[in-house]
Amino acid sequence: MGERLLLRGNEVIAEAAIRAGCQCYFAYPITPQAELLQHMAINMPRLGRTFIQAESELAAINMVYGAASAGVRTMTSSSSPGISLKQEGISYLAGSSLPAVIVNIVRGGPGLGDIAPSQCDYFQATKGGGHGDYHMIVLGPSTVPEAGQLTMLAFELADRYRTPVMLLADGMLGQMMEPVELPKPIEISSLPKKEWATDGAKGRDPNIILSFDLDPEVLKQMNLILQKRYRQIEAKEVRYEETATSDADIAIVAYGTVARIAKTVVRMARAEGIKLGLFRPITLWPFPGQALRKLSEKIATVLTVEMSAGQMWEDVRLAIAEQAETPFYGEMGGVIPTPQRILSEVKKHAG
Amino acid sequence: MPVDVQNMQKIFARPDSLTDAKSTYCPGCHHGILTRIIAQTIDELEVAERTVGIVPVGCAVFAYQWYHCDAIQAAHGRASAVATGVKRADPNLIVFSYQGDGDFASIGTAESIHAANRGENITVIFVNNQVYGMTGGEMAPTSLVGQKTTTTPQGRDPKLFGYPIRFSEMIAQLDAPVYVTRQALYDTKHIKEATKAIKKAFTNQVEKKGYSLVEVLAACPTNWKMKPIDANKHIAKVVEKTYQLGDLVNRG
Repeated sequence: MGERLLLRGNEVIAEAAIRAGCQCYFAYPITPQAELLQHMAINMPRLGRTFIQAESELAAINMVYGAASAGVRTMTSSSSPGISLKQEGISYLAGSSLPAVIVNIVRGGPGLGDIAPSQCDYFQATKGGGHGDYHMIVLGPSTVPEAGQLTMLAFELADRYRTPVMLLADGMLGQMMEPVELPKPIEISSLPKKEWATDGAKGRDPNIILSFDLDPEVLKQMNLILQKRYRQIEAKEVRYEETATSDADIAIVAYGTVARIAKTVVRMARAEGIKLGLFRPITLWPFPGQALRKLSEKIATVLTVEMSAGQMWEDVRLAIAEQAETPFYGEMGGVIPTPQRILSEVKKHAG
Repeated sequence: MPVDVQNMQKIFARPDSLTDAKSTYCPGCHHGILTRIIAQTIDELEVAERTVGIVPVGCAVFAYQWYHCDAIQAAHGRASAVATGVKRADPNLIVFSYQGDGDFASIGTAESIHAANRGENITVIFVNNQVYGMTGGEMAPTSLVGQKTTTTPQGRDPKLFGYPIRFSEMIAQLDAPVYVTRQALYDTKHIKEATKAIKKAFTNQVEKKGYSLVEVLAACPTNWKMKPIDANKHIAKVVEKTYQLGDLVNRG
């Protein structure tokens, strides 16, 4: 610790991945995550680690699949359209119980969309995205320093639960510069050996990595193992932050860049005598539904604000049910909501 | 004369790297011969303890059961990318991918070409039987002109579906590959030659020379709707006219 630098979000994610012991990184260029790729291109070879600019997003995620099988910490990064292409590989990673980190610096969609910040990939990240019954852990940083911390955490959780983990940020977090205290590098040799890895069957029976079985009963059992793991993750890994909620009459639910803006809105509202609080999910899957439900029991209105048409809003309403009013305000296409605009939405619903 | 069992010499045995798991291949299919050759090669080079096989989607999807070595089942067409990931994670591992014509030369076209173009130090076994065997005998990118398949019931018409793709010749245009060859398995002579080629392809990797590709013309009597013996003759008389045997690149 103690190393304080002014860095872009994309660079911080890349540097945190290196410090988390990422030994193989594979990616395809796409805006607005290019600096991440470029940072890795410079620094991975210098450390004797693997950097490949893959021929496609499909190739990149499948290189990740191979490196993860061999037992090393590995990562790929992209932005929305590229992440769509990676879905096949993510489903295979989940099905084969392989740890890997996938970074999505979300941009406006659908289709080619634009290159401005957005949160329109929440459904894709948290509800599956690829085929089959699976989830991955999804972490939503709200500041540049937190993007670094959550990148470190992503590698830890991926290994602990043998699952792909997604860091879901957006173009604003990727491009913004902030002073950052970089996390201390981990010692790669101190990581526990992955007994399941296909790293050469020396003195043991062969290890096989696969995600299929043609016998439905066997495949059902494989699915049940995944589901059991997801229940463990839901029980142990929910993360969220509450700001000024203890006396609040109304609360905003927001994650990522929007949560950061909402913190300003809380200050503005409080200055005007509106008792506004903020509930910020940090894990988007597992979603902190129970904590939100508990908060809603003492608050009349929970306003969801997103840079989407209301994707997380569905999880909010599922958690709160009829317990409180659940209005929504969102922007789309890469438009970032201003604090003033959010405040006016708050005022519509406050007292 | 009584047989002296005690002093009998064993002259033929299952390679140590080949398991006794039941084959899922059809009678007359060449995958079985090829599987044995690969296992034998792994034995001869004494690399079983550091070999990782990448198996495809298709008839060879169960191939992980047949080798006494680590194995990974890859998504359709992505075996060369997965092999890249494994090899780069640990260059000491001996990594081979085993891919059919649909896997390698159709859905995996980009991964196949670019792994070769990077000169990944891996061994690729490309099984060309001109048909999709597992899914029900559909047209492959390598199907011959006029070949009847379940998706070209009138025969492959190049005006509609293009020509058989000579993928190994495409790979051979690249600067990086050290060994690209096409082999067959329809008689003893060709099995011996293919065995030599596969050993060379693995040896290149052990010696860190770079990318090797062995294309193998294989029979699919089931989907060709031929007797196994006729399928073998068909390769010699017909298939070889489109796909000539021999080395295309040999920089080893």
